[in-house]
Amino acid sequence: MAHVRLDKISKKFGSHTALINLDLDIADGQFFVLLGPTGAGKTTTLRLIAGLDAPTSGGISIAEQDVSGWSAAERDVALVFQYYSLYPHYTVRQNLEFPLKSKVRRMSQQDIDHRIAKASKTLRIEHLLERKTDRLSGGEMQRVSIGRAIVREPRVFLMDEPLSNLDAKLRELLRSELKDLQMKLGATFLYVTHDQVEAMSMGDQVGVLNQGRIIQVGTPQQIYNQPHDTFVATFVGSPAMNLLQADVRGGRAVVLPGKLELPVDQAAGGRAAKLTGPATLGIRSEDVMVGVNEAVEARVHGVENQGVEKVVTLRVQDCLMKATVPARLELSIDSVVRFSFKQEKLHFFEPGSGNNLFYGEEKRNG
Amino acid sequence: MADIVLRDVEKYFGDNYIIRKLNLEIRHREFVVLLGPSGCGKTTTLRAIAGLEEIDTGDILIDGVPVQALQAADRDIAFVFQLYALYPHLTAYENIAFPLRAMRESAQTIDKRVMDAAKALKIEHLLRKRPGALSGGDLQRVAIGRALVRRPKALLMDEPIGALDAKLREEMRTELKRLHIENEATTVYVTHDQVEAMSMADKIAIMNDGVLQQVGTPTEVYSHPANLFVAQFIGSPIMNVAKGMVRPGEGSTRIILGDNDATLEFPQKLYPMIVNKKHAEDELTLGIRPEGVQVARNQTAGFVAVEAHIIEPLGPFDIVDLKFGKQMMRARTPSGYVEKAGDVVWAKLDETQTHFFSTRTGESLQIQL
Repeated sequence: MAHVRLDKISKKFGSHTALINLDLDIADGQFFVLLGPTGAGKTTTLRLIAGLDAPTSGGISIAEQDVSGWSAAERDVALVFQYYSLYPHYTVRQNLEFPLKSKVRRMSQQDIDHRIAKASKTLRIEHLLERKTDRLSGGEMQRVSIGRAIVREPRVFLMDEPLSNLDAKLRELLRSELKDLQMKLGATFLYVTHDQVEAMSMGDQVGVLNQGRIIQVGTPQQIYNQPHDTFVATFVGSPAMNLLQADVRGGRAVVLPGKLELPVDQAAGGRAAKLTGPATLGIRSEDVMVGVNEAVEARVHGVENQGVEKVVTLRVQDCLMKATVPARLELSIDSVVRFSFKQEKLHFFEPGSGNNLFYGEEKRNG
Repeated sequence: MADIVLRDVEKYFGDNYIIRKLNLEIRHREFVVLLGPSGCGKTTTLRAIAGLEEIDTGDILIDGVPVQALQAADRDIAFVFQLYALYPHLTAYENIAFPLRAMRESAQTIDKRVMDAAKALKIEHLLRKRPGALSGGDLQRVAIGRALVRRPKALLMDEPIGALDAKLREEMRTELKRLHIENEATTVYVTHDQVEAMSMADKIAIMNDGVLQQVGTPTEVYSHPANLFVAQFIGSPIMNVAKGMVRPGEGSTRIILGDNDATLEFPQKLYPMIVNKKHAEDELTLGIRPEGVQVARNQTAGFVAVEAHIIEPLGPFDIVDLKFGKQMMRARTPSGYVEKAGDVVWAKLDETQTHFFSTRTGESLQIQL
């Protein structure tokens, strides 16, 4: 059992503050993804939990035990890095054996063999056991690195962008495999990435981190459908959510007077009807409807073929928006089209802070 | 004007081919993307066009003229690299103006050309800054500005946005394509990212191991891949592939997946089509994109029962791993359509979106239902 808890963690490196008052609660058996851009503090968080660094203030507990004073080895967590740290001149089997042969463990060779057999079966690397690690492909090496973590049967798996060095196809394959592995093991995973697709597709819970602060924690659906602020709204989802500066009054939003105005009286469960003043409107590309009878006129600024669908950039004066349309729709560059927004899918953010004006309330409306 | 033609181009290093019998035509004003994994020969091809790399056999013609004898500088081609090679001590303006100064253009011409390029790239406000003060995206814009300002016959780009973060890459994709439409320079663009290729190219040339696999519009390579490599390199999530045995059925053609994992029914006319292709083996490889795997929550005629294994919510839709026996296939469903892992649902492969490949050669059998 390994419930992981971070309580008001701060970490400073000299004058640089890497983490500020970080609270994190990872349930036993959960696949938790920490998502954020470079420099957000993701890796620092992992290192603190692993015991490789000590927090400046705050507490860390694993399985309800305060582990602040514990060494990395005592915490019984396993780290998997982006760069597979394998011993190059040893075989896969020797690499897997290594963590089990430590003097502290005193495991019998029989137990070791049993664990290696089990782990290599799970990861489908049985046929590679006698091969030297420098003869492996990238995907195989990453499987072996993960294997080295699995054989220890640690309480928590910590993974630092383990897939980002692999090519797109392999990354996609290993995404499913990792998720499958975590479900089979029933283990607690803390997985760090800057790739929102990885976060969405694997996480039971996703924590979005920016500049050392946790902005939002939720299921992938919550993060996607009810973003806390414009940072989360544009970081999660591809293409990024469209943001438009508007003046809202009497149930109407004016982005460009006379050119781009839209009703918002039904938006946000009717709450937008009472909104007055400047607001940042957010709308995802799949919630922008393109068709001959829609309300607003635009020019086609760009068309991106993405196979199953197209992403069209629409332009109204200097205002650019993306819309997702079916691949069969023929749209030529610079032609005139009409579009509108699905009102119930609009988001409203405060222009200064970027905070979602209806956060929490949006949630209750699903 | 710039038509670029590659004719039987080969390049080898010892016994190893880097490029093998490459034939490619790039028409005036076209935006052609050379796409492939690392080491496939795409960058070598680009450098050969630029004159930065010599070829061993074959011809490269620009506007009908063989250019092997011409130095890079005399080919009137501009090159943009992944790592912006800018002069750190010069302002953005001077960096862009540099090639024109080297050509001894008048101050007036230089100013006009630099300002035109800056306007197209929306970097007018950055012209007085030095590279050290610019972000990655802006640096690349300046580097592109420097390439454009000479008004070259052709613009060659080697993963120009590969080093930028995801969001900026998305913006730059639209901008670069827009720029191409406005300045009409023939563009050859190298990338390993199929999304970039699909979204920007007029024509994609896919390479693997030095061999050109297919040339076509984004729609052609996506909908009619010539072989398994192209099928699985283009598109995300990846096209599902599964081996199957073909059997004539009563009023149908049956395909038995993998190790007797599931039996799928296809139209009767499929069997003679496969026989017609003189496909010696009765084993073939099926390919189907996740959007071609139809899913129903209730039992439906022609659908087979499958177990949902992993559900990946991607926002506007979910990708669901379905177990056809031991064979896994991924389907694209509306968000939340399959509730949870372990649920049993019904699935069918849309025959019009199913691709048939020879297992032995990987080539498409060119059968379209």
